Amino acid sequence: MSDLLAARSQMAMSLGFHILFAVVGIGMPVLMVVAEQRYRKTGDRLCLDLAKRWAKGTAILFAVGAVSGTVLSFELGLLWPGFMEFAGPIIGMPFSLEGCAFFTEAIFLGIYLYGWERISARAHLFAGVMVAVSGAASGIFVVIANAWMNAPTGFTVVDGKLASVDPIAGMLNPMAFQQTLHMTLASYAATGFAVAGIHAFLLLFDRQNAFHRRALAIALLVGAPAAVLQPLSGDLSARVVARYQPAKLAAMESHFKTGTRVPLVIGGWPDMETGETRYAIRIPGGLSFLATHDFNAEVAGLDQFPRDEWPHVPIVHTAFQIMVGLGTCMALIALWAGVLAIRQRDLCSNVWLLRALALAAPMGFIAIEAGWTVTEVGRQPWIVYGVLRTADAVTPMPGLVVPFLGFTLLYCFLGVMVAWLLYRQIIRSPRPTEWSRIYTPAGAARA
Amino acid sequence: MPDVTLAGVIAALLALSLNAYVLFAGADFGGGVWDLLATGPRRGRQREIIGHAIGPIWEANHVWLILAIVITFSCFPPVFARLGTVLHIPLTLMLVGIVLRGSAFTFRSYDDERDTVQRRWGRIFAGASLVTPVLLGVCIGAIAAGRVRRLGRNATFSESFVDPWLTPFSLAVGLMTLTLFAHLAAVFLTLESTDRDIVEDFRTRALWSGAAVFAAAFGTLVIAPEQAPLMGVGLLGSTWAVPFHLATGAAATATLAALWWRRYHLARVAVGAQVSLIVWGWALAQYPFLIPPDLTVDGAASPDVTLRLVLIALGLGAVVLLPSLLYLFRVFKAAPSDSVRRVPKGEPGV
Repeated sequence: MSDLLAARSQMAMSLGFHILFAVVGIGMPVLMVVAEQRYRKTGDRLCLDLAKRWAKGTAILFAVGAVSGTVLSFELGLLWPGFMEFAGPIIGMPFSLEGCAFFTEAIFLGIYLYGWERISARAHLFAGVMVAVSGAASGIFVVIANAWMNAPTGFTVVDGKLASVDPIAGMLNPMAFQQTLHMTLASYAATGFAVAGIHAFLLLFDRQNAFHRRALAIALLVGAPAAVLQPLSGDLSARVVARYQPAKLAAMESHFKTGTRVPLVIGGWPDMETGETRYAIRIPGGLSFLATHDFNAEVAGLDQFPRDEWPHVPIVHTAFQIMVGLGTCMALIALWAGVLAIRQRDLCSNVWLLRALALAAPMGFIAIEAGWTVTEVGRQPWIVYGVLRTADAVTPMPGLVVPFLGFTLLYCFLGVMVAWLLYRQIIRSPRPTEWSRIYTPAGAARA
Repeated sequence: MPDVTLAGVIAALLALSLNAYVLFAGADFGGGVWDLLATGPRRGRQREIIGHAIGPIWEANHVWLILAIVITFSCFPPVFARLGTVLHIPLTLMLVGIVLRGSAFTFRSYDDERDTVQRRWGRIFAGASLVTPVLLGVCIGAIAAGRVRRLGRNATFSESFVDPWLTPFSLAVGLMTLTLFAHLAAVFLTLESTDRDIVEDFRTRALWSGAAVFAAAFGTLVIAPEQAPLMGVGLLGSTWAVPFHLATGAAATATLAALWWRRYHLARVAVGAQVSLIVWGWALAQYPFLIPPDLTVDGAASPDVTLRLVLIALGLGAVVLLPSLLYLFRVFKAAPSDSVRRVPKGEPGV
């Protein structure tokens, strides 16, 4: 394994690990706050129990997210000193704001988790809202930094160094809005669907369990609207990619030869040598329409770019198919649940919906991993699109396969532990003793 | 002092966030050390107090480090690149420590109540709390000694990536960092319990670790002139050096005296002053270098427009952060951790 590949693998693995926790850190606080708000309003103690369990889950996931995020902030320098030395002055701005937002999130999460008995009900709910808001804000700032790597603006390059730097223009880069919108919706959809799916699965065996019913309802309330909106946000993203990163779009669509009325290629396996995509379904004019909203428009293919500026087409194409496919499934399930809810049907007695939701539990997270694969692998060979190559940014340190393997093992261990803890602490429905506590008045519970 | 530049102001903020990290997160790491060294009939109780004291605040305290990193790579990118390259190995090991400390602590708080499981996570938490401060100190020692230099063209692996930090001076600084964190934690912990025996336990630990800090600091100072000439000159030769050392020594003595007479609130203030003076002593001894012998505050700084914007962002952030932090500490640190004050109405307390 070359050092460059090891560095890229370590970064990919670290990001792929961290993003799961970051997404939960954005989505879970919303669920937690909704449950607590319901309890405050209706006095439904099941909602309080849910809020407390979700808070526990958030605590575990947030801690792992915080430390794995720290690893990433160091890895920018440990693996990509060339990139940071070049780009620090311009992407430092969103990272500084992210630092402040993350700080706020950590402070209020501490207050929320440990403050149940120390502060007033209103202050507690406010702390929860602050966690949700600052969590979303910190995600948005980080994605803005990534958007700049895709569509770098706000500088000129003189002798290989940045000149006339304008960090505000860097933050307002043309990809920033589309990418942050897509990622924020993805966070809510993935978290909502994961939680809904787990409880739907458990409801299949225990249909009347009120605990799982409440959990399912709140999770869908957060996840379903986001899942329905996500394809629209995807459409916005596709058009900016077409405009600013045509090579990435061509790789996503496995589109080799420039032409007009270009078909949308669904599935299939791209052959980099012959420039053919085998075993694919083609929708005539589909890609032209997606990229420009005109069925007859010309779309640049990979043939417009030198061979050494192509991203790895099979990976990008496949990852894109996975993301779009799973996103579509989630949107359809969300619509289905929405229609049932509008007709005032009981969602939890519809076995097929429960089955579909259970099946969809991991879809959001898989789609997010696939989506980031599209963004990051699709940008290669560039670390800053069109400006700085990844190979020129990597550290001169040899033997990078060692830290790569080390962190991989560490993260595998943590992943297994987190899954085990979540199962034991949060997912399992309350034991009979806990039920009796929930249903007895507060004063009597301690007797 | 020369005129104050924008970069100088940001460098001061960098020192300030490192100061806050050492003061707050340092105490959290020190708590882990005392978890490891918990002995006697009340060791279970000691561990419990430590867990309660750290629980609500360690993540917020940890963010000071992230803030320092962000300031470094936004405002002094060559410094960040140099540190990441030359100190790759100790920084990576430190990260492993940070990851294990944080996650093991959280897992211990939420995993099975059974003793064996608790002890397993506790051991990882405590071990990582012991190793991480040493590595942090090793990195600081390497910087202070002026050994984090540009990579030589034909340098071997060991010359480039190991020799800069594997030195007696770095290890001495690492050891000093560890004793300092442990001392800090023990002093803070005297205020975390209403149980007199527990308080006495932590008082004893605070006094002993205070003596260890003196020994480690003395040892570091003795080898500094030879091992870290730049630092030695700054620490011993400048005009501000003598009053600074006197102040640090006075704060350290005040801490021990306050502990001796069981004036724990006073001891907390004094030990905070002591630790802050040490951080600022290091910062001033290096000034104007961020990484001696070649990267200076002004020379390594980003363009002014970036510095100005980061300053604005941090200013805006501070408007939200400082009141929030004060609130966090007021809620959890106004009274000992084991004397939870209940809110009379509206909270059922399941």
